[in-house]
Amino acid sequence: MVLEKSSVPFFGTAEQKKRLMAVISEHKDEKGALMPILQKAQDIYGYLPIEVQQIIADEMDIPLEKVYGVVTFYAQFSTHPKGRYRISVCLGTACYVKGSGDIFNRLVERLGINGGEITPDGKFSLDACRCIGACGLAPVMTINDDVYGRLTVDDVDRILDKYN
Amino acid sequence: MIRTIEQLNAVKEKSAEVVSTRVNKIDRGYKDVLVCGGTGCTSSGSAKLIKILEDEIKKNGIEEKINIVKTGCFGLCVLGPIMMVYPEGTFYSKVEAGQIPQIVESHLKNGVPVKEFLYSETVNGDEIGTLDDTSFYKKQHRVALRNCGVINPEHIEEYIARDGYQAIYKVLTSMTPDDVIQTLLDSGLRGRGGGGFPTGLKWKFAKASVNEQKYVCCNADEGDPGAFMDRSVLEGDPHAVIEAMEIAGFAIGANQGYIYVRAEYPIAVERLEIAIKQAEEEGLLGDDIFGTGFSFHIGLRLGAGAFVCGEETALMTSIEGNRGEPRPRPPFPAVKGLFEKPTILNNVETYANVCQIILNGAQWFAGMGTEKSKGTKVFALGGKIRNTGLVEVPMGTTLREVIEEIGGGIPNGKKFKAAQTGGPSGGCIPPEHLDVPIDYDNLIFIGSMMGSGGLIVMDEDNCMVDIAKFFLDFTVDESCGKCTACRIGTKRLYEILTKITEGKGTLEDLDKLEELCYYIKENALCGLGQTAPNPVLSTLRYFRDEYIAHVVDKRCPAGVCKELLTIRILPEKCKGCSLCSRKCPVNAISGKIGSPYVVDHSKCLKCGVCMANCKFNAIVMD
Ligand SMILES: Cc1cc2nc3c(=O)[nH]c(=O)nc-3n(C[C@H](O)[C@H](O)[C@H](O)COP(=O)(O)O)c2cc1C
Ligand code: FES
Repeated sequence: MVLEKSSVPFFGTAEQKKRLMAVISEHKDEKGALMPILQKAQDIYGYLPIEVQQIIADEMDIPLEKVYGVVTFYAQFSTHPKGRYRISVCLGTACYVKGSGDIFNRLVERLGINGGEITPDGKFSLDACRCIGACGLAPVMTINDDVYGRLTVDDVDRILDKYN
Repeated sequence: MIRTIEQLNAVKEKSAEVVSTRVNKIDRGYKDVLVCGGTGCTSSGSAKLIKILEDEIKKNGIEEKINIVKTGCFGLCVLGPIMMVYPEGTFYSKVEAGQIPQIVESHLKNGVPVKEFLYSETVNGDEIGTLDDTSFYKKQHRVALRNCGVINPEHIEEYIARDGYQAIYKVLTSMTPDDVIQTLLDSGLRGRGGGGFPTGLKWKFAKASVNEQKYVCCNADEGDPGAFMDRSVLEGDPHAVIEAMEIAGFAIGANQGYIYVRAEYPIAVERLEIAIKQAEEEGLLGDDIFGTGFSFHIGLRLGAGAFVCGEETALMTSIEGNRGEPRPRPPFPAVKGLFEKPTILNNVETYANVCQIILNGAQWFAGMGTEKSKGTKVFALGGKIRNTGLVEVPMGTTLREVIEEIGGGIPNGKKFKAAQTGGPSGGCIPPEHLDVPIDYDNLIFIGSMMGSGGLIVMDEDNCMVDIAKFFLDFTVDESCGKCTACRIGTKRLYEILTKITEGKGTLEDLDKLEELCYYIKENALCGLGQTAPNPVLSTLRYFRDEYIAHVVDKRCPAGVCKELLTIRILPEKCKGCSLCSRKCPVNAISGKIGSPYVVDHSKCLKCGVCMANCKFNAIVMD
């Protein structure tokens, strides 16, 4: 199998590893434990590099292929680091019919990166998502935990400037 | 701990008095201020408002007289953040931080509502109405949403005040599993997750499977992008789902349940966690409920962003900790489901109806709706519509009533073009079918489907070919890749649609498109692939002329498909100022100062910079 290795070298701290081990031993014996463990591991590291997947595979005594297979199946799991500001534009139907595609394109233009990528300085990462359930405010985007609704293309510049 | 009905009723009586201020509008000397804490209003800033509200109330020294209640969604997300004051029931919309001091002093302290901040539809001269008086609410009938926007979902007593946990008591002490199943069969309840399978029948099959370990699952994956009914129920009334899962467990003989929730719904997850913990602490969930010997436990499982995991067998594979790929059926989950044990899976909204059916009887429920679709349905109204939000209407209500009366019609004087239901598995309903009564069978008959309840309205500015392409883009992305028909078929559909939107399509492509659609429908392994062609088929059926315009005339009538648009300068409006020509990044505009400029289409990139800069609105793209 060809492993997708992140271009950014992995730096995990001892503290992070300790937390991961605690999570693994807490869930290990549950049925279907892999998903909850991966979710918590991603909370700890921000993403799931192959090094973290390896620890999980070893500790749970399952093949790395299985862990990798699950990680790459689900959109929420990322094998690449995210930016300090994680931008996510909703491309759900309600947002799309109200023009979120244009919002996304504007961000691509402004940041010079495509969806799923991160700016070279590690500041912004851009993703598309499908409905965060705030369709009443369509079109919607989120930056970390902040939600911006009823957007127009012009708002994008104003909002990005706030993070500069 | 609540172990007996007397104890449950004692809690009920006590908290019924507390909620009577808002439920029965009884003036007990203090006011309830309800602030929506659902995703919509939280996104528009309701959490901050609560903080300011608290501060202002303290400043005015009226803490004793005011009770702030953070509720679930009221439904009218477009007007958020929403705030209601009871016992009057006055309705403040789009509340801003700066308005709070005045509202607190004038209304909460001195009893004079601040008219100019109220939702304008509820103000008629000196008369101030309530939410119930708005055209948005009048036609609604709330069963699944009865507690949303009424109770504080983080307080189990408020749920108990609204007959909470009475249904499970009734079931455990006076009904047999067969009675429960018969009641559901008689009620005519059908699954709200999309398929519309009779819930009682599903439970009957699972009960008939003999096994000492069975499971009850709740599908809270809500994959239809643009739908948020299930989220609102979980955020506003989580105990209703928990109690119904217990009833299901009793009926089929299961003692373990799982709720599979989308990870994109953090508020719903948090409320569920709180609700499960509170129910366990009160002994209403766990071992030996009401001392009857019946035990039931619930675990939460978070999805990780895969649409296919809403499909029942894929959902179970995902809970087991695997790639969420569907399994062939049979065996059906009722025989061999989660961890290979007999399992039932129902949608959130399906469960939200169960306790009411047990308490009010099958006949009550069967009295609402149409012949084959009973009860109510919750829709998430979105897109080009004034009142975006959640609506619950009896089955058989027409689309026109939902869109024009409840939804308030299309904004900006635009014309209605289509309503999309059923998400990526559904279809687009054209104007000529607006008067069809909505139920499972009618929607299938007109080429769409009920789906989970997403209802997206589109106007003349939406291109139907582009919408079909949008949904196919979604299914290509979400196809799990297990079967060829779906993995490759949807990709080919997407490619043909792209070709058409770029003006490179031919009439032959339309036939190919249709043929491929039927091929995929017949050969895909699971519901995702089998329904993926629906958005294409329904748009081809009702909006064929739009497809023809793209392939024959190379024109996009809605003005969406960029490749088919051209930028023109209207000579009668152009003053010849030369600004556009100077702004154009590729020097595609030329002319002489003082006379109309022209665009060289061979160079133009259609970037729109010229349009944005023209001071005379002389440049159009069509
Ligand atoms: C691709 C696909 C996605 C689905 N997504 C959902 C979903 O998000 N929520 C849901 O309740 N049902 C979904 N379903 C339907 C479920 O498979 C299942 O029929 C339903 O949850 C059963 O519950 P009900 O009988 O109460 O409707 C989906 C089906 C398919 C084929
Ligand atoms: S479609 Fe964007 S929030 Fe629902």
